[in-house]
Amino acid sequence: MKLSFALAAVAACTAGIAMAAPVAPADVEFSEYGDVATSLTGQPGDPANGVKIMANRGKGNCVACHAVSAMSDVPFHGEVGPTLDGVADRWNEAELRGLVANAKKTFEGTIMPAFYKNEGYIRPGNAYTGKAPTEALTPLLTAQEVEDVVAYLMTLKEQ
Amino acid sequence: FALATAAQATDPTEPLVVNGDLEIVTSTAAPAHMDMIDTIQSGWEFRSHETQDLQRDDFDNPGMIFVDDAREAWDTAEGSEGKSCASCHGAPEDMAGVKAVYPKWNEDAGEVRTMEMQINACRTENMGAEALGYTSGDMTNMVALMSAVSRGLPVNVAIDGPAQAMWEQGKELYYTRTGQLELSCATCHEDNYDNLIRADHLSQGQINGFPTYRLKNAKLNSVHARFKGCVRDTRAETFSPGSPEFVALELYVASRGNGLSVEGPSVRN
Ligand code: HEC
Ligand code: HEC
Ligand code: HEC
Repeated sequence: MKLSFALAAVAACTAGIAMAAPVAPADVEFSEYGDVATSLTGQPGDPANGVKIMANRGKGNCVACHAVSAMSDVPFHGEVGPTLDGVADRWNEAELRGLVANAKKTFEGTIMPAFYKNEGYIRPGNAYTGKAPTEALTPLLTAQEVEDVVAYLMTLKEQ
Repeated sequence: FALATAAQATDPTEPLVVNGDLEIVTSTAAPAHMDMIDTIQSGWEFRSHETQDLQRDDFDNPGMIFVDDAREAWDTAEGSEGKSCASCHGAPEDMAGVKAVYPKWNEDAGEVRTMEMQINACRTENMGAEALGYTSGDMTNMVALMSAVSRGLPVNVAIDGPAQAMWEQGKELYYTRTGQLELSCATCHEDNYDNLIRADHLSQGQINGFPTYRLKNAKLNSVHARFKGCVRDTRAETFSPGSPEFVALELYVASRGNGLSVEGPSVRN
Protein backbone atom coordinates (compact mmCIF):
# COMPACT_ATOMS: atom_id res chain seq x y z
CA MET A 1 0.00 0.00 0.00
CA LYS A 2 2.61 2.49 1.16
CA LEU A 3 4.98 1.42 -1.57
CA SER A 4 2.50 1.80 -4.42
CA PHE A 5 1.51 5.20 -3.08
CA ALA A 6 5.15 6.27 -3.04
CA LEU A 7 5.64 4.98 -6.55
CA ALA A 8 2.59 6.85 -7.79
CA ALA A 9 3.91 10.01 -6.17
CA VAL A 10 7.24 9.56 -7.89
CA ALA A 11 5.49 9.01 -11.20
CA ALA A 12 3.45 12.14 -10.72
CA CYS A 13 6.57 14.13 -9.89
CA THR A 14 8.52 12.95 -12.86
CA ALA A 15 5.64 13.68 -15.18
CA GLY A 16 5.63 17.20 -13.79
CA ILE A 17 2.65 19.49 -13.50
CA ALA A 18 0.86 18.01 -16.51
CA MET A 19 0.14 14.83 -14.55
CA ALA A 20 -1.00 16.54 -11.34
CA ALA A 21 -4.42 15.50 -10.07
CA PRO A 22 -7.19 18.00 -10.75
CA VAL A 23 -7.97 20.43 -7.96
CA ALA A 24 -10.75 18.86 -5.87
CA PRO A 25 -14.00 20.87 -5.74
CA ALA A 26 -13.48 21.72 -2.06
CA ASP A 27 -9.95 22.97 -2.75
CA VAL A 28 -10.73 25.48 -5.49
CA GLU A 29 -9.43 28.89 -4.46
CA PHE A 30 -11.79 31.74 -5.26
CA SER A 31 -10.69 35.34 -4.85
CA GLU A 32 -13.00 37.66 -2.95
CA TYR A 33 -14.50 38.66 -6.32
CA GLY A 34 -15.15 35.05 -7.29
CA ASP A 35 -12.43 34.43 -9.85
CA VAL A 36 -10.18 31.36 -9.93
CA ALA A 37 -6.69 32.19 -11.13
CA THR A 38 -5.22 28.74 -11.71
CA SER A 39 -6.40 26.05 -14.08
CA LEU A 40 -8.23 23.20 -12.35
CA THR A 41 -6.22 20.61 -14.29
CA GLY A 42 -3.09 22.28 -15.60
CA GLN A 43 -4.21 21.11 -19.05
CA PRO A 44 -5.38 23.54 -21.71
CA GLY A 45 -9.14 23.51 -22.30
CA ASP A 46 -10.62 22.17 -25.54
CA PRO A 47 -13.12 24.69 -26.90
CA ALA A 48 -14.62 22.14 -29.31
CA ASN A 49 -15.58 19.92 -26.37
CA GLY A 50 -16.62 22.97 -24.34
CA VAL A 51 -19.31 23.96 -26.81
CA LYS A 52 -20.70 20.41 -26.76
CA ILE A 53 -20.94 20.48 -22.98
CA MET A 54 -22.75 23.82 -23.10
CA ALA A 55 -25.37 22.37 -25.45
CA ASN A 56 -25.78 19.01 -23.70
CA ARG A 57 -28.83 18.82 -21.43
CA GLY A 58 -27.18 16.27 -19.16
CA LYS A 59 -23.97 18.32 -18.81
CA GLY A 60 -23.74 22.11 -18.76
CA ASN A 61 -27.07 22.80 -20.48
CA CYS A 62 -25.96 26.42 -20.43
CA VAL A 63 -28.24 27.31 -23.34
CA ALA A 64 -31.21 26.47 -21.10
CA CYS A 65 -30.62 29.88 -19.58
CA HIS A 66 -28.24 31.71 -21.95
CA ALA A 67 -28.55 32.59 -25.62
CA VAL A 68 -25.31 32.28 -27.62
CA SER A 69 -25.38 33.49 -31.25
CA ALA A 70 -22.37 31.35 -32.14
CA MET A 71 -24.35 28.27 -31.07
CA SER A 72 -27.38 29.00 -33.25
CA ASP A 73 -27.28 25.44 -34.64
CA VAL A 74 -28.42 24.24 -31.19
CA PRO A 75 -32.20 24.73 -30.81
CA PHE A 76 -33.98 26.55 -27.98
CA HIS A 77 -31.83 29.03 -26.11
CA GLY A 78 -33.27 30.35 -22.86
CA GLU A 79 -33.48 33.90 -21.55
CA VAL A 80 -33.07 33.40 -17.80
CA GLY A 81 -29.45 34.62 -17.91
CA PRO A 82 -27.74 37.26 -20.08
CA THR A 83 -26.63 36.38 -23.61
CA LEU A 84 -23.05 35.12 -23.64
CA ASP A 85 -22.20 36.94 -26.87
CA GLY A 86 -18.98 38.86 -26.30
CA VAL A 87 -18.62 37.40 -22.81
CA ALA A 88 -14.80 37.22 -23.15
CA ASP A 89 -14.74 40.99 -23.65
CA ARG A 90 -16.44 41.42 -20.29
CA TRP A 91 -14.60 38.79 -18.23
CA ASN A 92 -11.06 37.40 -18.24
CA GLU A 93 -10.20 33.71 -18.06
CA ALA A 94 -9.88 33.59 -14.26
CA GLU A 95 -13.26 35.28 -13.87
CA LEU A 96 -14.92 32.93 -16.33
CA ARG A 97 -13.41 29.92 -14.55
CA GLY A 98 -14.87 31.22 -11.29
CA LEU A 99 -18.25 31.84 -12.91
CA VAL A 100 -18.48 28.31 -14.29
CA ALA A 101 -17.07 26.64 -11.16
CA ASN A 102 -19.39 28.49 -8.79
CA ALA A 103 -21.16 31.61 -10.03
CA LYS A 104 -22.51 32.26 -6.53
CA LYS A 105 -19.03 33.49 -5.57
CA THR A 106 -19.40 36.25 -8.18
CA PHE A 107 -23.16 36.86 -8.05
CA GLU A 108 -24.52 36.17 -4.59
CA GLY A 109 -27.74 34.16 -4.68
CA THR A 110 -27.73 33.73 -8.45
CA ILE A 111 -30.00 31.13 -10.00
CA MET A 112 -27.02 29.83 -11.97
CA PRO A 113 -25.98 26.40 -10.64
CA ALA A 114 -22.43 25.81 -9.38
CA PHE A 115 -20.85 23.36 -11.80
CA TYR A 116 -17.76 22.46 -9.78
CA LYS A 117 -19.07 21.71 -6.34
CA ASN A 118 -20.23 18.42 -4.85
CA GLU A 119 -21.50 19.05 -1.34
CA GLY A 120 -23.46 21.48 0.77
CA TYR A 121 -26.83 20.84 -0.91
CA ILE A 122 -30.32 20.55 0.55
CA ARG A 123 -31.99 17.22 -0.34
CA PRO A 124 -29.60 16.38 -3.19
CA GLY A 125 -30.78 13.62 -5.51
CA ASN A 126 -29.17 11.02 -7.70
CA ALA A 127 -29.06 13.08 -10.92
CA TYR A 128 -32.61 13.40 -12.32
CA THR A 129 -34.06 10.25 -10.74
CA GLY A 130 -35.74 12.08 -7.85
CA LYS A 131 -34.18 9.50 -5.51
CA ALA A 132 -31.56 9.97 -2.81
CA PRO A 133 -28.01 9.44 -4.01
CA THR A 134 -26.44 6.07 -3.19
CA GLU A 135 -22.85 7.31 -3.40
CA ALA A 136 -20.93 10.55 -3.01
CA LEU A 137 -21.96 13.19 -5.52
CA THR A 138 -19.67 14.20 -8.32
CA PRO A 139 -19.68 17.81 -9.53
CA LEU A 140 -21.97 18.63 -12.48
CA LEU A 141 -18.86 19.00 -14.65
CA THR A 142 -15.41 17.45 -14.26
CA ALA A 143 -12.42 19.74 -13.77
CA GLN A 144 -11.39 19.27 -17.39
CA GLU A 145 -14.94 19.94 -18.62
CA VAL A 146 -14.89 23.24 -16.71
CA GLU A 147 -11.62 24.11 -18.44
CA ASP A 148 -13.11 23.12 -21.82
CA VAL A 149 -16.15 25.35 -21.27
CA VAL A 150 -13.92 28.24 -20.17
CA ALA A 151 -11.80 27.76 -23.31
CA TYR A 152 -14.93 28.01 -25.45
CA LEU A 153 -16.21 31.07 -23.56
CA MET A 154 -12.82 32.72 -24.23
CA THR A 155 -13.62 32.52 -27.97
CA LEU A 156 -16.82 34.57 -27.53
CA LYS A 157 -15.41 37.98 -28.42
CA GLU A 158 -17.08 40.78 -30.30
CA GLN A 159 -14.26 43.33 -30.25
CA PHE B 1 -59.13 18.81 -36.65
CA ALA B 2 -55.95 20.14 -35.11
CA LEU B 3 -55.50 22.31 -38.19
CA ALA B 4 -58.97 23.75 -37.85
CA THR B 5 -58.26 24.69 -34.25
CA ALA B 6 -54.97 26.29 -35.16
CA ALA B 7 -56.57 28.26 -37.97
CA GLN B 8 -59.10 29.69 -35.52
CA ALA B 9 -56.39 30.78 -33.10
CA THR B 10 -57.86 33.72 -31.32
CA ASP B 11 -56.64 37.16 -30.49
CA PRO B 12 -54.17 36.67 -27.60
CA THR B 13 -55.82 39.47 -25.68
CA GLU B 14 -59.17 37.70 -25.83
CA PRO B 15 -60.02 36.51 -22.31
CA LEU B 16 -60.83 32.90 -21.50
CA VAL B 17 -64.54 32.20 -21.74
CA VAL B 18 -65.49 28.52 -21.74
CA ASN B 19 -68.38 27.34 -23.91
CA GLY B 20 -69.22 30.94 -24.71
CA ASP B 21 -70.54 31.78 -21.25
CA LEU B 22 -68.26 30.67 -18.43
CA GLU B 23 -65.85 33.50 -17.68
CA ILE B 24 -62.48 32.51 -16.24
CA VAL B 25 -60.28 35.02 -14.42
CA THR B 26 -56.76 34.22 -15.64
CA SER B 27 -55.09 37.28 -14.16
CA THR B 28 -55.87 39.42 -11.14
CA ALA B 29 -54.34 41.33 -8.23
CA ALA B 30 -52.10 39.17 -6.05
CA PRO B 31 -53.45 38.27 -2.61
CA ALA B 32 -52.19 40.41 0.30
CA HIS B 33 -49.78 37.76 1.58
CA MET B 34 -47.67 37.94 -1.62
CA ASP B 35 -45.30 40.85 -1.61
CA MET B 36 -43.06 39.87 -4.54
CA ILE B 37 -45.69 39.85 -7.30
CA ASP B 38 -48.43 42.39 -8.09
CA THR B 39 -50.46 40.39 -10.57
CA ILE B 40 -51.08 36.67 -10.44
CA GLN B 41 -51.61 34.84 -13.70
CA SER B 42 -52.91 31.42 -14.55
CA GLY B 43 -50.59 29.09 -16.46
CA TRP B 44 -53.10 29.44 -19.31
CA GLU B 45 -51.71 32.90 -20.10
CA PHE B 46 -48.26 31.46 -20.79
CA ARG B 47 -49.34 28.82 -23.30
CA SER B 48 -49.50 29.14 -27.08
CA HIS B 49 -52.71 30.40 -28.66
CA GLU B 50 -53.38 26.95 -30.07
CA THR B 51 -53.15 25.38 -26.61
CA GLN B 52 -55.19 28.20 -25.08
CA ASP B 53 -57.96 27.69 -27.59
CA LEU B 54 -58.39 24.04 -26.58
CA GLN B 55 -59.83 25.35 -23.32
CA ARG B 56 -62.43 27.63 -24.85
CA ASP B 57 -64.82 24.80 -25.59
CA ASP B 58 -65.33 21.60 -23.63
CA PHE B 59 -65.59 19.62 -26.87
CA ASP B 60 -62.01 20.62 -27.69
CA ASN B 61 -60.69 20.06 -24.14
CA PRO B 62 -59.33 16.50 -23.94
CA GLY B 63 -59.46 16.71 -20.14
CA MET B 64 -63.25 16.63 -20.23
CA ILE B 65 -63.25 12.99 -21.36
CA PHE B 66 -61.77 12.09 -17.99
CA VAL B 67 -64.37 14.20 -16.23
CA ASP B 68 -67.03 12.09 -17.96
CA ASP B 69 -65.32 8.94 -16.68
CA ALA B 70 -65.48 10.39 -13.18
CA ARG B 71 -69.19 11.18 -13.55
CA GLU B 72 -69.75 7.50 -14.14
CA ALA B 73 -67.65 6.60 -11.09
CA TRP B 74 -69.56 9.18 -9.04
CA ASP B 75 -72.78 7.22 -9.59
CA THR B 76 -71.23 3.78 -9.09
CA ALA B 77 -71.66 2.07 -5.73
CA GLU B 78 -68.44 0.63 -4.36
CA GLY B 79 -67.29 -0.91 -1.10
CA SER B 80 -68.97 -2.69 1.80
CA GLU B 81 -71.63 0.00 2.40
CA GLY B 82 -73.05 -0.30 -1.11
CA LYS B 83 -72.91 3.45 -1.58
CA SER B 84 -71.77 5.75 -4.33
CA CYS B 85 -70.66 9.36 -4.02
CA ALA B 86 -74.11 10.26 -5.33
CA SER B 87 -75.79 8.45 -2.41
CA CYS B 88 -74.59 11.12 -0.03
CA HIS B 89 -73.73 14.11 -2.18
CA GLY B 90 -76.40 14.13 -4.92
CA ALA B 91 -75.24 15.49 -8.24
CA PRO B 92 -71.61 16.47 -8.83
CA GLU B 93 -72.89 19.99 -9.46
CA ASP B 94 -74.04 20.11 -5.84
CA MET B 95 -70.33 20.19 -4.97
CA ALA B 96 -69.81 23.51 -6.80
CA GLY B 97 -67.48 25.71 -4.76
CA VAL B 98 -65.87 22.89 -2.77
CA LYS B 99 -62.72 22.63 -4.89
CA ALA B 100 -62.15 26.38 -4.66
CA VAL B 101 -61.35 26.18 -0.94
CA TYR B 102 -59.12 23.09 -0.98
CA PRO B 103 -56.71 22.21 0.60
CA LYS B 104 -58.77 22.87 3.72
CA TRP B 105 -58.53 22.26 7.44
CA ASN B 106 -60.77 19.40 8.55
CA GLU B 107 -61.77 19.91 12.15
CA ASP B 108 -62.80 16.32 12.93
CA ALA B 109 -59.66 14.81 11.45
CA GLY B 110 -57.48 17.58 12.85
CA GLU B 111 -55.54 17.92 9.61
CA VAL B 112 -55.30 19.90 6.41
CA ARG B 113 -56.83 17.83 3.64
CA THR B 114 -56.27 18.00 -0.07
CA MET B 115 -59.14 17.02 -2.36
CA GLU B 116 -57.46 13.66 -2.86
CA MET B 117 -57.28 13.05 0.89
CA GLN B 118 -60.97 13.94 1.30
CA ILE B 119 -62.02 11.64 -1.53
CA ASN B 120 -60.07 8.79 0.03
CA ALA B 121 -61.52 9.58 3.46
CA CYS B 122 -65.01 9.28 1.97
CA ARG B 123 -64.09 6.05 0.23
CA THR B 124 -62.56 4.36 3.25
CA GLU B 125 -64.72 5.80 6.05
CA ASN B 126 -68.07 6.34 4.35
CA MET B 127 -68.16 3.72 1.60
CA GLY B 128 -66.03 0.92 3.00
CA ALA B 129 -64.08 1.02 -0.25
CA GLU B 130 -60.36 0.92 -0.84
CA ALA B 131 -58.32 4.08 -0.99
CA LEU B 132 -57.28 5.11 -4.49
CA GLY B 133 -53.62 5.67 -5.34
CA TYR B 134 -52.82 9.31 -4.67
CA THR B 135 -51.91 10.14 -8.27
CA SER B 136 -53.83 7.27 -9.91
CA GLY B 137 -55.99 7.89 -12.94
CA ASP B 138 -59.27 7.21 -11.08
CA MET B 139 -58.29 9.63 -8.34
CA THR B 140 -57.16 12.38 -10.68
CA ASN B 141 -60.32 11.98 -12.74
CA MET B 142 -62.48 12.47 -9.64
CA VAL B 143 -60.49 15.55 -8.65
CA ALA B 144 -61.04 16.83 -12.20
CA LEU B 145 -64.80 16.38 -11.81
CA MET B 146 -64.77 18.28 -8.52
CA SER B 147 -62.78 21.00 -10.26
CA ALA B 148 -64.97 21.10 -13.38
CA VAL B 149 -68.12 21.82 -11.34
CA SER B 150 -66.32 24.70 -9.60
CA ARG B 151 -64.95 26.30 -12.74
CA GLY B 152 -65.18 30.06 -12.80
CA LEU B 153 -65.40 30.38 -9.02
CA PRO B 154 -62.51 32.18 -7.32
CA VAL B 155 -59.85 30.14 -5.54
CA ASN B 156 -60.20 31.06 -1.89
CA VAL B 157 -57.99 28.93 0.30
CA ALA B 158 -57.88 29.78 4.01
CA ILE B 159 -54.35 30.34 5.31
CA ASP B 160 -55.06 31.46 8.85
CA GLY B 161 -56.39 29.68 11.91
CA PRO B 162 -55.50 26.02 12.25
CA ALA B 163 -54.11 25.86 8.69
CA GLN B 164 -51.53 28.55 9.30
CA ALA B 165 -48.72 26.36 10.61
CA MET B 166 -48.89 24.13 7.58
CA TRP B 167 -49.11 27.14 5.29
CA GLU B 168 -45.89 28.51 6.81
CA GLN B 169 -44.23 25.15 6.25
CA GLY B 170 -45.35 25.19 2.62
CA LYS B 171 -44.00 28.70 2.16
CA GLU B 172 -40.66 27.63 3.58
CA LEU B 173 -40.52 24.74 1.10
CA TYR B 174 -41.42 27.07 -1.77
CA TYR B 175 -38.37 29.22 -1.10
CA THR B 176 -35.90 26.43 -0.25
CA ARG B 177 -33.29 25.86 -2.93
CA THR B 178 -33.00 22.12 -3.30
CA GLY B 179 -30.94 19.60 -5.18
CA GLN B 180 -27.64 19.80 -6.92
CA LEU B 181 -28.94 22.64 -9.09
CA GLU B 182 -29.92 24.58 -5.95
CA LEU B 183 -33.21 25.88 -7.32
CA SER B 184 -36.42 26.67 -5.47
CA CYS B 185 -39.94 26.99 -6.83
CA ALA B 186 -39.43 30.74 -6.49
CA THR B 187 -36.25 30.89 -8.57
CA CYS B 188 -38.20 29.62 -11.55
CA HIS B 189 -41.82 30.65 -10.92
CA GLU B 190 -41.40 33.94 -9.07
CA ASP B 191 -38.08 35.40 -10.25
CA ASN B 192 -38.23 34.10 -13.80
CA TYR B 193 -41.81 33.64 -14.93
CA ASP B 194 -42.39 34.77 -18.49
CA ASN B 195 -38.78 33.84 -19.36
CA LEU B 196 -37.85 30.95 -21.59
CA ILE B 197 -35.84 28.19 -19.91
CA ARG B 198 -34.61 26.24 -22.90
CA ALA B 199 -37.86 25.61 -24.83
CA ASP B 200 -40.20 26.13 -21.86
CA HIS B 201 -42.04 29.37 -21.25
CA LEU B 202 -42.01 29.68 -17.45
CA SER B 203 -45.34 30.42 -15.80
CA GLN B 204 -46.02 31.37 -12.20
CA GLY B 205 -46.54 27.69 -11.38
CA GLN B 206 -50.15 28.24 -10.31
CA ILE B 207 -52.39 25.26 -9.55
CA ASN B 208 -55.83 26.76 -10.22
CA GLY B 209 -55.88 24.80 -13.50
CA PHE B 210 -55.32 21.37 -11.97
CA PRO B 211 -55.69 18.63 -12.83
CA THR B 212 -54.06 19.62 -16.12
CA TYR B 213 -54.35 17.70 -19.37
CA ARG B 214 -50.83 17.84 -20.78
CA LEU B 215 -50.38 17.45 -24.51
CA LYS B 216 -46.93 16.05 -23.68
CA ASN B 217 -48.21 12.92 -21.91
CA ALA B 218 -51.84 12.95 -23.08
CA LYS B 219 -53.38 12.42 -19.66
CA LEU B 220 -54.57 14.31 -16.63
CA ASN B 221 -51.77 15.32 -14.27
CA SER B 222 -52.25 15.87 -10.56
CA VAL B 223 -50.72 18.64 -8.50
CA HIS B 224 -48.35 16.40 -6.58
CA ALA B 225 -47.16 14.65 -9.73
CA ARG B 226 -46.27 18.07 -11.14
CA PHE B 227 -44.52 19.09 -7.93
CA LYS B 228 -42.56 15.86 -8.03
CA GLY B 229 -41.43 16.54 -11.58
CA CYS B 230 -40.36 20.08 -10.80
CA VAL B 231 -38.40 19.04 -7.69
CA ARG B 232 -36.77 16.17 -9.60
CA ASP B 233 -35.63 18.70 -12.20
CA THR B 234 -33.55 20.45 -9.55
CA ARG B 235 -31.60 17.18 -9.20
CA ALA B 236 -33.11 16.75 -5.74
CA GLU B 237 -34.58 13.87 -3.82
CA THR B 238 -38.31 14.53 -4.18
CA PHE B 239 -41.07 14.17 -1.62
CA SER B 240 -43.77 11.58 -2.25
CA PRO B 241 -47.21 12.46 -3.58
CA GLY B 242 -49.55 12.74 -0.60
CA SER B 243 -46.67 13.40 1.84
CA PRO B 244 -47.20 16.07 4.52
CA GLU B 245 -44.54 18.19 2.79
CA PHE B 246 -46.39 18.21 -0.54
CA VAL B 247 -49.73 18.83 1.21
CA ALA B 248 -48.16 21.87 2.89
CA LEU B 249 -46.64 23.01 -0.41
CA GLU B 250 -50.00 22.58 -2.16
CA LEU B 251 -51.75 24.67 0.48
CA TYR B 252 -49.19 27.43 0.05
CA VAL B 253 -49.13 27.31 -3.76
CA ALA B 254 -52.95 27.22 -3.89
CA SER B 255 -53.04 30.34 -1.72
CA ARG B 256 -50.78 32.14 -4.21
CA GLY B 257 -53.68 31.70 -6.63
CA ASN B 258 -56.40 33.11 -4.36
CA GLY B 259 -58.53 35.23 -6.69
CA LEU B 260 -57.89 33.31 -9.91
CA SER B 261 -60.74 31.14 -11.16
CA VAL B 262 -60.83 27.43 -10.66
CA GLU B 263 -59.97 26.31 -14.18
CA GLY B 264 -59.35 22.54 -14.13
CA PRO B 265 -59.22 20.43 -16.06
CA SER B 266 -57.05 22.84 -18.00
CA VAL B 267 -54.90 22.15 -21.06
CA ARG B 268 -51.14 22.64 -20.92
CA ASN B 269 -48.19 21.47 -22.99
C1 HEC C 1 -30.49 28.12 -14.44
C2 HEC C 1 -29.93 29.19 -15.19
C3 HEC C 1 -28.51 29.18 -15.64
C4 HEC C 1 -27.72 28.16 -16.13
C5 HEC C 1 -28.13 26.71 -16.34
C6 HEC C 1 -26.44 28.72 -16.45
N1 HEC C 1 -26.43 30.05 -16.16
FE1 HEC C 1 -24.87 31.34 -16.44
N2 HEC C 1 -25.96 32.85 -15.59
C7 HEC C 1 -27.26 32.77 -15.22
C8 HEC C 1 -27.70 34.06 -14.74
C9 HEC C 1 -29.09 34.43 -14.25
C10 HEC C 1 -26.58 34.92 -14.83
C11 HEC C 1 -26.47 36.39 -14.44
C12 HEC C 1 -25.98 36.51 -13.04
C13 HEC C 1 -27.07 36.92 -12.13
O1 HEC C 1 -27.53 38.06 -12.24
O2 HEC C 1 -27.54 36.09 -11.34
C14 HEC C 1 -25.50 34.13 -15.39
C15 HEC C 1 -24.24 34.62 -15.69
C16 HEC C 1 -23.28 33.96 -16.41
C17 HEC C 1 -22.04 34.54 -16.92
C18 HEC C 1 -21.65 35.99 -16.79
C19 HEC C 1 -22.30 36.65 -17.99
C20 HEC C 1 -22.13 38.14 -18.09
O3 HEC C 1 -22.00 38.61 -19.19
O4 HEC C 1 -22.16 38.79 -17.05
C21 HEC C 1 -21.39 33.55 -17.59
C22 HEC C 1 -20.05 33.65 -18.30
C23 HEC C 1 -22.21 32.35 -17.51
N3 HEC C 1 -23.34 32.64 -16.80
C24 HEC C 1 -21.87 31.14 -18.08
C25 HEC C 1 -22.62 29.98 -17.97
C26 HEC C 1 -22.18 28.69 -18.44
C27 HEC C 1 -20.91 28.44 -19.19
C28 HEC C 1 -23.14 27.79 -18.09
C29 HEC C 1 -23.16 26.30 -18.26
C30 HEC C 1 -21.98 25.56 -17.95
C31 HEC C 1 -24.20 28.54 -17.45
N4 HEC C 1 -23.85 29.86 -17.38
C32 HEC C 1 -25.38 27.99 -16.97
C33 HEC C 1 -28.08 31.65 -15.28
C34 HEC C 1 -27.66 30.39 -15.67
C1 HEC D 1 -71.91 7.71 3.26
C2 HEC D 1 -71.82 9.08 2.89
C3 HEC D 1 -70.77 9.55 1.91
C4 HEC D 1 -70.33 8.96 0.77
C5 HEC D 1 -70.74 7.65 0.14
C6 HEC D 1 -69.36 9.88 0.21
N1 HEC D 1 -69.21 10.96 1.01
FE1 HEC D 1 -68.09 12.60 0.63
N2 HEC D 1 -68.63 13.40 2.41
C7 HEC D 1 -69.52 12.81 3.30
C8 HEC D 1 -69.58 13.64 4.49
C9 HEC D 1 -70.41 13.36 5.73
C10 HEC D 1 -68.72 14.74 4.27
C11 HEC D 1 -68.39 15.88 5.20
C12 HEC D 1 -67.14 15.45 5.93
C13 HEC D 1 -66.47 16.55 6.65
O1 HEC D 1 -66.65 17.71 6.31
O2 HEC D 1 -65.72 16.20 7.56
C14 HEC D 1 -68.17 14.55 2.95
C15 HEC D 1 -67.29 15.44 2.35
C16 HEC D 1 -66.86 15.36 1.03
C17 HEC D 1 -66.13 16.37 0.35
C18 HEC D 1 -65.67 17.71 0.94
C19 HEC D 1 -66.83 18.66 1.06
C20 HEC D 1 -66.42 19.96 1.71
O3 HEC D 1 -67.23 20.89 1.69
O4 HEC D 1 -65.30 20.08 2.19
C21 HEC D 1 -65.85 15.91 -0.90
C22 HEC D 1 -65.08 16.62 -2.02
C23 HEC D 1 -66.45 14.59 -1.00
N3 HEC D 1 -67.06 14.29 0.19
C24 HEC D 1 -66.39 13.78 -2.10
C25 HEC D 1 -66.88 12.48 -2.15
C26 HEC D 1 -66.67 11.57 -3.24
C27 HEC D 1 -65.87 11.91 -4.53
C28 HEC D 1 -67.27 10.41 -2.93
C29 HEC D 1 -67.27 9.11 -3.68
C30 HEC D 1 -65.98 8.58 -4.06
C31 HEC D 1 -67.90 10.59 -1.63
N4 HEC D 1 -67.61 11.87 -1.19
C32 HEC D 1 -68.66 9.65 -0.97
C33 HEC D 1 -70.22 11.67 3.12
C34 HEC D 1 -70.06 10.80 2.06
C1 HEC E 1 -35.85 24.62 -13.12
C2 HEC E 1 -37.04 25.41 -13.12
C3 HEC E 1 -38.21 25.00 -12.26
C4 HEC E 1 -38.26 24.84 -10.90
C5 HEC E 1 -37.14 24.96 -9.90
C6 HEC E 1 -39.64 24.54 -10.59
N1 HEC E 1 -40.39 24.50 -11.72
FE1 HEC E 1 -42.40 24.27 -11.84
N2 HEC E 1 -42.30 24.33 -13.86
C7 HEC E 1 -41.15 24.53 -14.59
C8 HEC E 1 -41.46 24.49 -16.01
C9 HEC E 1 -40.48 24.67 -17.15
C10 HEC E 1 -42.85 24.26 -16.10
C11 HEC E 1 -43.71 24.17 -17.36
C12 HEC E 1 -44.04 25.56 -17.86
C13 HEC E 1 -44.80 26.35 -16.84
O1 HEC E 1 -46.02 26.17 -16.69
O2 HEC E 1 -44.18 27.13 -16.10
C14 HEC E 1 -43.35 24.18 -14.73
C15 HEC E 1 -44.68 24.00 -14.38
C16 HEC E 1 -45.18 24.03 -13.10
C17 HEC E 1 -46.58 23.95 -12.77
C18 HEC E 1 -47.73 23.80 -13.75
C19 HEC E 1 -48.37 25.13 -14.03
C20 HEC E 1 -49.55 24.99 -14.95
O3 HEC E 1 -50.25 25.98 -15.14
O4 HEC E 1 -49.77 23.92 -15.50
C21 HEC E 1 -46.66 24.01 -11.41
C22 HEC E 1 -47.91 23.97 -10.57
C23 HEC E 1 -45.30 24.14 -10.91
N3 HEC E 1 -44.42 24.14 -11.96
C24 HEC E 1 -44.97 24.25 -9.57
C25 HEC E 1 -43.66 24.23 -9.09
C26 HEC E 1 -43.32 24.15 -7.69
C27 HEC E 1 -44.31 24.11 -6.54
C28 HEC E 1 -41.96 24.12 -7.62
C29 HEC E 1 -41.07 23.92 -6.43
C30 HEC E 1 -41.28 22.73 -5.68
C31 HEC E 1 -41.46 24.23 -8.97
N4 HEC E 1 -42.51 24.28 -9.83
C32 HEC E 1 -40.12 24.31 -9.30
C33 HEC E 1 -39.89 24.76 -14.10
C34 HEC E 1 -39.55 24.75 -12.77
